[in-house]
Parts: sequence; C-alpha cells; structure tokens
Amino acid sequence: MNKRLPLGLGFVLLVMPCSLLVAFTHYPAVRALINSLWNNASSRRPSKFVGIENYEALIADEKLMQVLTNSGLYALGTIPLAIFLSISMALLVNSKLPATGLMRLSFFMPTMLPLVAVANIWLFFYAPGIGLASQIMNFFGLPTINFLGSTETSLASMMVVAVWKEAGLFMIFYLAALQAVPENLKDAARLEGAGPVRVFIDVVFPLLRPTTIFVAVNALINAFRLVDHIIVMTKGGPDNSSALLLYYIYEVTFRQRDFAYGATLTVLMVAILGVLAAFQFWVLDRKTHYQ
Amino acid sequence: MMRLKCASAMPLVLGALISGGAASVQAADLEFYFPVGVNAPAVATIEELTNKWAAQNPQHTVKAVYAGNYEETTTKALTAAQAGDPPQVAVLLSIDLFTLVEEDVILPISDIATTAEDQAWMDGFYPAFMSDSRFEGKTYSIPFQRSTPVLYFNKDAFRAAGLDPETPPKTWDEMIEMGKKLVVKDDNGNVTQWGTRIPTLGLGGAWLFGGLVVSKGDVLSTETGTEARFDTPATTAALEFLVQLSDEGVMQPGGISWGDTPKAFLEGQTASMWTSTGNLAFINENAEFDWGVGFLPGGDGPGAPLGGGNFYIFKETTDEEREAALDFIKFMTAPENAARWSIATGYVAPRPDTWETPEMKAYSEKLPQALVALDQLPYAYREFATFQRAKVTQYLVDAIESVVTGGSTAAEALAKAQEGADSVLSDYK
Repeated sequence: MNKRLPLGLGFVLLVMPCSLLVAFTHYPAVRALINSLWNNASSRRPSKFVGIENYEALIADEKLMQVLTNSGLYALGTIPLAIFLSISMALLVNSKLPATGLMRLSFFMPTMLPLVAVANIWLFFYAPGIGLASQIMNFFGLPTINFLGSTETSLASMMVVAVWKEAGLFMIFYLAALQAVPENLKDAARLEGAGPVRVFIDVVFPLLRPTTIFVAVNALINAFRLVDHIIVMTKGGPDNSSALLLYYIYEVTFRQRDFAYGATLTVLMVAILGVLAAFQFWVLDRKTHYQ
Repeated sequence: MMRLKCASAMPLVLGALISGGAASVQAADLEFYFPVGVNAPAVATIEELTNKWAAQNPQHTVKAVYAGNYEETTTKALTAAQAGDPPQVAVLLSIDLFTLVEEDVILPISDIATTAEDQAWMDGFYPAFMSDSRFEGKTYSIPFQRSTPVLYFNKDAFRAAGLDPETPPKTWDEMIEMGKKLVVKDDNGNVTQWGTRIPTLGLGGAWLFGGLVVSKGDVLSTETGTEARFDTPATTAALEFLVQLSDEGVMQPGGISWGDTPKAFLEGQTASMWTSTGNLAFINENAEFDWGVGFLPGGDGPGAPLGGGNFYIFKETTDEEREAALDFIKFMTAPENAARWSIATGYVAPRPDTWETPEMKAYSEKLPQALVALDQLPYAYREFATFQRAKVTQYLVDAIESVVTGGSTAAEALAKAQEGADSVLSDYK
C-alpha cells in the first residue's frame, strides 16, 4: 500500500513542526533584526527608528572587541583540546585494558552533571587559598594562584571547565566510531609492517573524520552556546577577561535591559555562527570519506 | 506553593499587635517576589512570616515566590510586569528605584499610605534607610532587609600577632600597618594568612568601593539619579588604597571575589574581611575562633555604603490588592516580625522600635557585633544608584577590576568610566 498522503492531511501534519520552528526560531530571529534597527525605548525615552545607529555602536564598542577576542581564543582553545582528549579517552576505553567499564563511566560522568552544578564545584576548586587547586599547589610548595581573580588566568580557567565538561560526551561518539573501524583494514596495515602509531594516523584517524567533523561542529556550537559557568563563576570578569559573546548579550539584554543593542549583538552572533557552519560543512565535508 | 489560609486560631496574640491587620474586607490574592542574598535560612523564615500574615488575614492569600538573587528577582519582576502580570509586591534592591521608575511599573507607596497614621509609620524608619526610597518628593519603597558592610576580624589572629583584639583598625593607614603584622607565611614563603580581604570584583566590589569613597568625604551618586561621580580625588584615592593593600603584601593580589570571602575568613586564610552584616548569622554559626566586628576603616573618617532590599508595590494592581499589599508590608516590618527576620539573617532592622523588642535586646546582648552596624548608620550613605544603573555601574566595575588586576592606572581607568557614564546619563539630564 503505497498511497499518497492527501494534501490536506500533509498540510495538517506540517503545521505542528512548522509553527514550532516559526514561533521559536524564525520569528525571534526576524524580530531581533527588526529590534536592532530601533532604539531602546522606556517611559522616559520615546521609541524611534534609528536605522544602522546600533551597528555603528557595535563597531565603536571596545568591550565587544575584547569579547570577540575572548570568544575566538575560547573556541580555538577548547575545540582542539576537547577533540584530542576525547580521542585519547576513547582509545583508552576501547583498548583491552582492565576496568574499561569503570573508566567509561568516570569519563562520561561530567557530561551528565548540570553545568551550573559543575560550575559551583569548580568555583570551590579554584578558590585561592582554600580550594583544592591551591591545596595541591601548596603541598608542592608552589604559591597560590588567584585563578578567577586575575586577567591572565580567568579565561583559561573557564576553558578547562568547558573541556572537562564536554570531552566525555565526545568520547562516546569516538568510541562508537572506533568500534565501527573494520578490523581487516588494521590487519592489512599491520601486515605491511605499520606500527600502532602509523595504523592510527593512516588508517583509523581518516575513518574517524566524519565523527571529527560532527564533534568539531558541536564543540564550536558549545563554545558559543554554553555560558552558564561564566555567569556562575566570573560574571565575565575580572575586567571582562572571561566575557564571551553570548554572556555579553545576556548582560546587555537582561542586566542592562538594553534590548535594542542586545538584538544587534544577537544579529552579529547569528551571522558569525552562520559563516562558521557554512565553512565547516562545505569546505571540510568535501575532504571527508564517508563509508 | 499556593498558601491556603488555615483556620488555626494560634496567632490571636500576634493579630492584636498589627494595627489594621484585618482592615480590608475585600479579598486579595497577593503574589510576593523575594530574593535571597545571604547565607542564611531566609526562605524558610520568609515563608513562616507570610504564613503568619495569611493566617491573620484569612480573607487574603499570599504566594511567596523565591525568585533567586537580587538581580534575578528584579529581572523576573520586570519581565512579568512587561507581560502584564506583575507580582503585587516584591522585595527588590533599594537602588533599583530608578530602573523601576523608568520602566513605569511601580506605584509610590506614599500615594497609597495617605492617612496620618500611615505617615507616622513611614516616619518611624531610620532616615538613612528612607533616603534612597524617595524620588521627586515621593516615597516609593519601604526598607526591609537592609544591610551595610562592616569589618569582621579574627581576634585570635590579632592576639597571635601581638595586637590588641579589642581595637580593630580605624583608618586606612592602620589597616596597612596592622595588616602587615597579621600576614603569616609558611616555610616556602607562601602566604597562609593575609592581613585583610576587601572584595574588589563585580557588584560586591563596587558596593564596598562606595564606602571607601564616602570615607574620603565624597559620594558616587546623588539623589537626582542623573549624576555619576567616578573621576574625583576621593575615588582615585580609594582605588589607590586598594592597590596599595596588595602592593604592601597585606591583601592577596588580583581581583578578590565576594563569594569566597566569608569562607576564606572562616578557614583562617585572612585575619579580617569586609562584608555585609547579612553574613553575621553565618559567621556566628560557623566561626571556630573568637571574632569581632568594627566600623569599616576609613580614609578621613568612618564611612560605609548602605545596601539591601526594600518593599515595592506594583502599579498594575487593584485597590484591594494595594491595600492588602500595604497591610502585608506593615506586618513584615512590624517590630516582632522584623526582629525575627533580623535575627535569622543578620540584616539591620530598619526601625528603632524593632531594636526595643525583648527578642532583639536579648539578641544584641548575645551577639553585640550586631550593634556595630547600627552605630555605623550615621556615617553610611546610599549605595550608587542612577538611571540605567546596571549599565553605568558596569563602567565602575570595569574600572575597579582593571586597576586591581594591574591592567591600568587608577586615573586612566576612572576617566574612562566617567566618560562612559556621562554618555549614558546625558539622555536624562
């Protein structure tokens, strides 16, 4: 029975997902674009159309430049590190070592915890003098580092939390991919005299490429999307050294209640993410072998 | 958490204490947003008090909604108001006044509380706490959970350093001088106990900074809400003092967070700290050493900022709801209830009559530290507040943070903050 769906029913079935998409994705995006062309009105300041004035403010905003630099560094720091760590962990738990079940559990654990809870744990970990990090350093006679209170270390401290949080999830994807690598390919390489490192670099890693792209896209999205730990731990400080773009949007929009400029920043963020996604799918995809 | 009024006859005595407790005949359903900003069992105490009010006023209901910290509570209340469904009554920061006026969501309480009796009630609060609840000649809010920072110091550490544990430092110079003696290092030369700890990061840092400025005889903002005084000799001196504290090795270099400070004090990582009186109960419960409280040491004399939350009544309410809300606020600030709240949290009770209650007298006898904040009130000045407060304060926060982390000099950072603040506030002049 391969009957065509009646047009009416098809339409009805489409309405549900489409209305969700429109209500929660397309309408807000268009609305943000419109809001970015107006000023931030209140009872004491009438609403008016300002054209590209908000975008001019964007260019003149020194803080935005710092935030974009931070976001860039954050993405560049967390993505490769998370990929490297997750492949290493996947190889470890995919090996024939004892207690791999326990290792899988413990590597995956951080992923299951809510980020806000994790941030509070790390807050205690980083606390100078009383935190675990300080105590370990004191044990070795090293001076205490004010991780979250110094402009040099605050962003790096945030990156560590993010990598710790997401590497476990990516490990699962790599583990699945590793188990799908055909054993005969590796055997063939070994017969040719390739050592374990060579086998990994020339046989296994190329086969992991689709997974790597998937993980890289996700890590990139996370680098822009997850700012809960920033809100809990540093509020972007000190001196904006750990402020990321989404955190800045949150601060401008909800703390400072500047909805117009918040909308302008949102448009910028959507544009940046759009360009990055296009790059990842069109450029990297072409060089990938799918089995 | 719908609060159903129970028919318990228990609070007969309490009912008699509240003037006009059952004044309104019309029923009102109140929604009450409140924040928690201290390490104390605040939610349970608020619920206990709201239940008591509901039991005394069976014609009304009140739903107490814990809405997070101050900032989150304000955001939630404003969002709800813009969606047309505000709470009838909320406790929000006293300095949110200008934001709430600008958003046009609150009603002056002096427009509802119009009788001579109401006037006498409003005059019964400490004038310092009322000063930041007025704007353009009207009283917009009623002080509730008010606080001011004080100096907490570890008397045992003072004794160990050969200092008199009954005389904490009173000036900035004494802080540095005594602070140096209080620093303890381990064999590797790493500091295990700092002399003092003044949080410098975020909004907490900006709050305390206001106290430093007041002690130098200046203010950060005026009652007009349109002036920010960031670049003055007093602010420069205050910022340089903070830098000097870490340069002289008295305070840990870099930014110091608000949240870690009470913990660091309890763990003996610092011999003294500046933090809110709202932490009195927490420190009292957890300190395993002899501790005392003093005025904030000042530049030219004592000086402190005021902080904390006030009751607001929202505009979009019926007459019955307004009347019930006013009655609820009177109940919450009545001597017995304010005493209960003050003892549970450490907030400074905002009315002299509260301090006359037997509970409060017994409390201040047991914990004389609680009286220091009260004595400090005459030297305290309203916290920084202007229109667009969040945006303008951020300029100050950035300036303080960039200087304490060594990113720029005080003069440079403050000039930049002033420029930013002026450009925002020029719209309002």
